[in-house]
Amino acid sequence: MSTITTEKTALPITIRGVTKTYGDIYALDDVNLDVRSGEFITLLGPSGSGKTTLLMVLSGFNRPDRGSVMFGDREVIRLSPHKRDVGMVFQNYALFPHMDVNNNLAFPLKLRDVGKAEVAERVEKALELVQLSGLGERRISQLSGGQRQRVALARAIIFEPRILLMDEPLSALDKNLREHMQIELRRLHEMLGMTTVYVTHDQREALTMSDRVVVVNHGKLMQIDKPKQLYERPLSKFVADFIGESTFLPVSVEGGRASINGRPLSLAEAPPSDGANQLLLLRPEKLEILPGGESDSYNCFKGKVKDLVYQGESFLLYVDLDDGPEATLRSPTRREVLDAVPDRGHEITIGLHPEDTIIVSEDD
Amino acid sequence: MTAITQDAISDVSNEHGLRSDENRERWMVLGLCGPALFLIIIVMVVPVGWLFWLSFIGAEGSFSWENYERLWQSKSYARIFKITFEVAFVTTGICMLIGYPLTYMMSQLPRRAANIAMITVLLPFWTSLLVRTYAWLVLLQRKGLINGWLIDAGIIDTPLRLVHNFTGNIIGMSQIMLPFLVLPLYASMKAIDRDYLKAAANLGASPVAAFWRVFFPLSLPGLFAGMLLVFVISLGFFVTPVVLGGGRIIMVAMRVEKSISLYSNWGAASALAVVLLILTLACLVVAAKLLKLDKVQSGSGGSDG
Repeated sequence: MSTITTEKTALPITIRGVTKTYGDIYALDDVNLDVRSGEFITLLGPSGSGKTTLLMVLSGFNRPDRGSVMFGDREVIRLSPHKRDVGMVFQNYALFPHMDVNNNLAFPLKLRDVGKAEVAERVEKALELVQLSGLGERRISQLSGGQRQRVALARAIIFEPRILLMDEPLSALDKNLREHMQIELRRLHEMLGMTTVYVTHDQREALTMSDRVVVVNHGKLMQIDKPKQLYERPLSKFVADFIGESTFLPVSVEGGRASINGRPLSLAEAPPSDGANQLLLLRPEKLEILPGGESDSYNCFKGKVKDLVYQGESFLLYVDLDDGPEATLRSPTRREVLDAVPDRGHEITIGLHPEDTIIVSEDD
Repeated sequence: MTAITQDAISDVSNEHGLRSDENRERWMVLGLCGPALFLIIIVMVVPVGWLFWLSFIGAEGSFSWENYERLWQSKSYARIFKITFEVAFVTTGICMLIGYPLTYMMSQLPRRAANIAMITVLLPFWTSLLVRTYAWLVLLQRKGLINGWLIDAGIIDTPLRLVHNFTGNIIGMSQIMLPFLVLPLYASMKAIDRDYLKAAANLGASPVAAFWRVFFPLSLPGLFAGMLLVFVISLGFFVTPVVLGGGRIIMVAMRVEKSISLYSNWGAASALAVVLLILTLACLVVAAKLLKLDKVQSGSGGSDG
């Protein structure tokens, strides 16, 4: 199965102008998105952002007010769910409780009039793929959460759909199992190559698994980018705030130059726009303790040590900045770093590398 | 901690006290069943036991099989049992045919509309059985409302014989028994997660296929429960066949009443009641075996574990 080319197994998805309102609320507000063939794309957003609504539009369970959805060059917006031929993993798995594992997996094949022998063979193969060989006779109620997750996945891919949709499939699993399944889902995706749209509210999961991440808020797509780009170069305060921990410092921008309390900042790239409402993004792990005081190769901030929280492999340092709010610094607990931390209440200088100095707009 | 010896541990283990606490709690929980248990003994176990005993008392007042011998020999008794089971069977079938689509519709309605529909199903349930039965008489009799309308509309020339026969009895009983089918079935249908149907559709099932392959099997436990309830209650029906059967439909309960009020023959009445009880229990056992009621998964399954 590993040699299948993506042209045969995957379809691109083209979403144009999809809008869905509930009364005055825009669940989806003129959404445009191109998902490439074979891509693993994640819709990430807080609850109520519209990410699940968008997934339900793709699966056909939610009828939008207007817009277009194309699978390949086929318009599907008015196509019934059962004719769309997309696999889907439901949040609660929705495995049929009156059937055993085999019959759950055979369900989509029987509906497609696949012969008996082939059904048995493909069920066996699918079970092998999700590492559940030998559990075909089990009832759903006899399976653990992780096993149910695998059965749900196997059932969604057994009829070889070219598009796979997943609605927070790992949210019911405990942390260790979830991290294990993230890797496994990636592995399966690489093996099967189908276009995958994944919904989650877990930013780490989104960054770990996706080729690209779409950040959704209030029915709008805030940013569509590769995980690294999204984290390192957020385009709005919302994205910067939603992904990773952040502190914001108000800065003034004039003529493409940013300064804070009159001190110019060296930037990675030009600020998005002139004027007020511009914020400097401070991420805990990007900040460094400068034991020797101010340095030319960093943007430097002075402050007083407020608190230190030791967390084992890393520590958190809370610093009251002279320029405004409290900043958080995270650093690995290497001896020389720990030794460089002054006592509570003492002066400290922290630095931010120009490559990590990002300005975002307040309005998002 | 390692220095503590085994003896020291058993001294502070409270083993005896903890066990007696557990026993006391068990008895207290059992005590909660007390009033109901007492009531069941008074109104169920004692009278049924007494009936059972009476059925073995002959005309001379001593132990005798004569009540059962008469049941066995007389053709009229066989006919009564036959008609009783026929009525119960047909009533159950009609309740199922009317009740399943009705309940399905109710289960798919939005909350408010479903509540209103449920009230309309239950409203007759809250009025007196006798009143409802006579209401059917008003509707169905020779010069009743239905025949009147049909003749006025020119659909028929002579009145249909809708009452004082098997048909009339079945019409009345089906309407009266319908809520007993609808209530357990509705609960069972509401417990079916809509995501199962979405999953079925997503996997390629048309709405019709999704209904038959997923919804219907998951609603079966509720349907069986309702049908069993209707069947068992119908077996003991009295008022409706008396009023709507017009003397042509003699069910077991009616014969029991006749034996006592007309002939004061408690032995014969008791034997009839005991045989009906045993046949009913036999039906329940067979149904449970055939349908494997305990093994049928409920619609809400899959959330456990």
